[in-house]
Amino acid sequence: MGDEWRWDVAWAAARKIAAVVPVTIAATVLGFVVAAAAGLAWTIARRSRSALVRGAVEAAMEFVRRTPLLVQLLFLYVAFPRLSVFAIGVIGLGLHYGAYLSEVYRAGIEAVDRGQWEAARALNFSRQKTWTRIILPQAIPPIVPMMGNYLIVLFKETPLLFAINVTEMMAVAKQFGSETFRYLEAFTVVGVFFFLMSYPASLVVRWLEARFGRAG
Amino acid sequence: MEAGILLLPGLLRGLRVTLEVFVLGAMLALGLSFAVGLLRLSRFPIVRTLAAAYVEFFRGTSLLIQLFWLYYALPFFGVELSALAAGVLGLGLNYGAYGSEVVRSAIRSVPKGQWEAAIALNLSPLVRFRRVILPQAWPLMLPPFGNLLIELLKGTSLVSMITLGDMTFQAMSLRTTYARYEVPLFLLLLVLYFLIATATSAIVRRLERRARVGRSA
Repeated sequence: MGDEWRWDVAWAAARKIAAVVPVTIAATVLGFVVAAAAGLAWTIARRSRSALVRGAVEAAMEFVRRTPLLVQLLFLYVAFPRLSVFAIGVIGLGLHYGAYLSEVYRAGIEAVDRGQWEAARALNFSRQKTWTRIILPQAIPPIVPMMGNYLIVLFKETPLLFAINVTEMMAVAKQFGSETFRYLEAFTVVGVFFFLMSYPASLVVRWLEARFGRAG
Repeated sequence: MEAGILLLPGLLRGLRVTLEVFVLGAMLALGLSFAVGLLRLSRFPIVRTLAAAYVEFFRGTSLLIQLFWLYYALPFFGVELSALAAGVLGLGLNYGAYGSEVVRSAIRSVPKGQWEAAIALNLSPLVRFRRVILPQAWPLMLPPFGNLLIELLKGTSLVSMITLGDMTFQAMSLRTTYARYEVPLFLLLLVLYFLIATATSAIVRRLERRARVGRSA
């Protein structure tokens, strides 16, 4: 049968998968940028003065966090047929992890001393200036390690984009497997790729945590 | 409305599989969480290292890759798992790794004096754990376990990609039959997951209240 591990096959799979590493990285980085922005938008909206807005935002965030990313991606895929699958992947990752990052931001914002708000008001800062000049510059640095953690989590979720036909590492591995019937090498190699990228990143985050302490 | 009546029975056919994978996966994950969490506190460095390697490995790779590996690559070693077995095993191993961290940190946060007192009272290791340590660590474990349960429920949707007929799988096949209802179809599917997740978190919250009875803090 020749079922044993074959290095030549593994090497061929690795070369094909390596070629789409940039797609995975691009989806991760762009997805995280969208998540960071969406998270901030969620956070500001849930501090609105209107109770109705607050309630609606909380409910929407809860809905996003309690439903599978895979199904959210499929929903966006059928709902917006005109967008490219890559754009849908980035938006899906961004909205999903934005809801998680919003919790992180909230922890950071609540850790800023009340006196800072009062001082900003006393000095007649506008609402916008209070956020951009006083609160966020103090709220964001302590939460950097936690954001790093979510960056890694988001990276590990990118294989789901394969379900909406994005040609990323998982899709290439699956295709290689079905063409050659060598799923063993294909899926082992793709796993090794993910581990080699995410494990060093997680060590960096742990170092940041040790260096700057945990927030929230 | 019409779409809902048309689509709901098909989706509910997958509900049983989703719940089955969810419950079995959660049981396996809970068992592994305790087993591995305790092994990581072992006196023997080799045991601690092996347990840590398991945790790093499963946290370092993606659930989807683990499921594909168990289902498509394992047969090369002569082990053919059914889709259900591969799904439950993958979910259990993955979330067990995360859960073991919860168990480890909850047990470590029980004050040292409690261990010493239990030893001084000559309680056997089993009684020490069951009657002294666990009752104090359990309330700390419940909230993070609740979050992990929701993550596990969401993770069950990935079993659709290893041919298991869960709700997501049913939606994918309904999509080809009722192409013009595909948007309400996936919206309905999202709502179903939301309802299960909300019920799950209500149950966990009840357990949290029960664990707090007769305890301060």
